[in-house]
Amino acid sequence: MRPRLLPILLLSDGGLVKTVKFQSPRYVGDPINAVRIFNEKEVDEIAFLDIDAHRTGQGPNFALLADIATEAFMPFGYGGGVRTVEQAQRLFGLGVEKVILNSVLADDPDLVTRVANSAGSQSVVASIDCRRSWLGKYSVHVGGGKRSLGRDPAEYVREMERRGAGEIVINSVDRDGTMTGYDIELVGEVASAVSIPVVAAGGAGSLSDVQAAIKAGASAAAAGSLFVFHGRHRAVLINYPNPDELDAIFR
Amino acid sequence: MISVLEYGVGNIGSILNMIRRAGHECAPVGSPEGVASAERLILPGVGSFDFGMRALADRGLVEPIKEAVLSRGMPLLGVCLGMQMLCEGSDEGTLPGLGFIAGRCRRFQSTPEHPIKVPHMGWSSIRPTRDHPLLADLAPRSRFYFVHSFHAVCADPADRLAAADYGIEFSAMISRGPVVGAQFHPEKSHRFGMAMLSRFAGLSP
Repeated sequence: MRPRLLPILLLSDGGLVKTVKFQSPRYVGDPINAVRIFNEKEVDEIAFLDIDAHRTGQGPNFALLADIATEAFMPFGYGGGVRTVEQAQRLFGLGVEKVILNSVLADDPDLVTRVANSAGSQSVVASIDCRRSWLGKYSVHVGGGKRSLGRDPAEYVREMERRGAGEIVINSVDRDGTMTGYDIELVGEVASAVSIPVVAAGGAGSLSDVQAAIKAGASAAAAGSLFVFHGRHRAVLINYPNPDELDAIFR
Repeated sequence: MISVLEYGVGNIGSILNMIRRAGHECAPVGSPEGVASAERLILPGVGSFDFGMRALADRGLVEPIKEAVLSRGMPLLGVCLGMQMLCEGSDEGTLPGLGFIAGRCRRFQSTPEHPIKVPHMGWSSIRPTRDHPLLADLAPRSRFYFVHSFHAVCADPADRLAAADYGIEFSAMISRGPVVGAQFHPEKSHRFGMAMLSRFAGLSP
C-alpha cells in the first residue's frame, strides 16, 4: 500500500487560511472551491482544521462542513472545537470520516475513548502539536501552540493510542508553514512509539520531504503550504502530484 | 432506485452524495417495509460487528433483508462493516452475521515477516478474481479506500470477487448470487468508486 499524502487545510471565518508557525494566517481561498479542485486531482484524503473553533468555543461550523462533505469524494477529516460525542456524531452524519481532536484532549482525554466507543477507533484522530525547546526537548502544546502541557510527545501519543485513537497526526509548530521539511526526529520518535498509523505534518516543502517522513516511519504525510502555494513568491495555486509522480516518490 | 439502509451505524451521507452525483436516484430507508420494497439495497456500516448486527436486529431488519435477497433476488451491496456482516460471523464479536456468504471475518495480524499497522487504512488496488458486473471495465490503475481491522475469509474460495494485499492477500470483494460485498469505501474512492456505484444502480434481480 502506497503511503497517503493529504492536504491539511485551515479554516478561519469560513475561508481557507495558511499560517506560519501557527501565526499570521493568510487568506488563500474558498474551501468549497478547494475541495472541488482536490477532487479533480484525486487526492488521497483531505483534512480541515478550524483554527478558531476551539478558542471561541463556537464549535464546528456544521453548515459549511455539510457543504464541503457534499463535494468530498475522498476521505474527509475535520478538527476544531469538537468537545462532545454528540458533535462528533453530527459530523459523521454529514459524511466526515474522521474527527480530529487536539486541544480538547488536554482537559478531556477521555473524549477519545467516548468517540471511539461510539464510532470506532478508525474515526478518531489525536492530533498533537509539538515545539522543541532550546535544549532540544520536545513538548506537547495545545491552544494553537501557545500552551505547553510539559508532556513528552512519545509518551503522550502512547496514552492516546491506549485510549482508543485510531491515528495520530504529529505536527511541528516550529516548522509549520516554513516549507523547510518535517521535523524528522519528532516524526520518528512518535511513529516508533505507537502501532497505529502516524501522519507527519508541519514543514513540508517538497516531495522529497514527504519521502523522508515516510522513511522515518510515518504512514502518511500531510502538508498545507506545499499544496496551496506555488513558487518562490508563494502565489496561491492549488496543486497535488499526479499518480505517476506519487508512484515515483514512493517506489 | 438505490435504497441505502440507515440504521444508526456509520454515516450514509457520503454514499447518497456520490450516487446522486453519478446521476442515479437514491433514498435512505430504515424500516422493514422500506427494505421489503427496495429494488436494490446498500448496507453500509462503520464500527464493530456486534454493534452493527444488534442495530439491524433492534430495527427488525434482519429477516426483511434475508427475505428480499433469498426470495426475490434483491441485489444487496454491503460496504465495509456491511460487507463483513454478509458473512456468518466475525472474530470481532459473538453475534451471528447475515450468513449470505459462508465464512468468518478475521483480524489482520502483524508478523515479524510482514509487519503492518492495523487498521489497514489507505488506498489499495484490487485484483478481480472472477467476472462480475460491478467489476466490468475497471479503469486502469483503479484504487479504492480501505479502513478496516478485520477481513472476510470465505469458506468457499469461489465467493471471493477481488483480492488485495495488506501483509497478506485478503478479500477486497466477495459475492454470492445477488449479494456483493466491498471491504473498501466506494463512496470515498473518487471516480473509481463512483463507477462501481453506477454499475450497482444497473443491477436487477
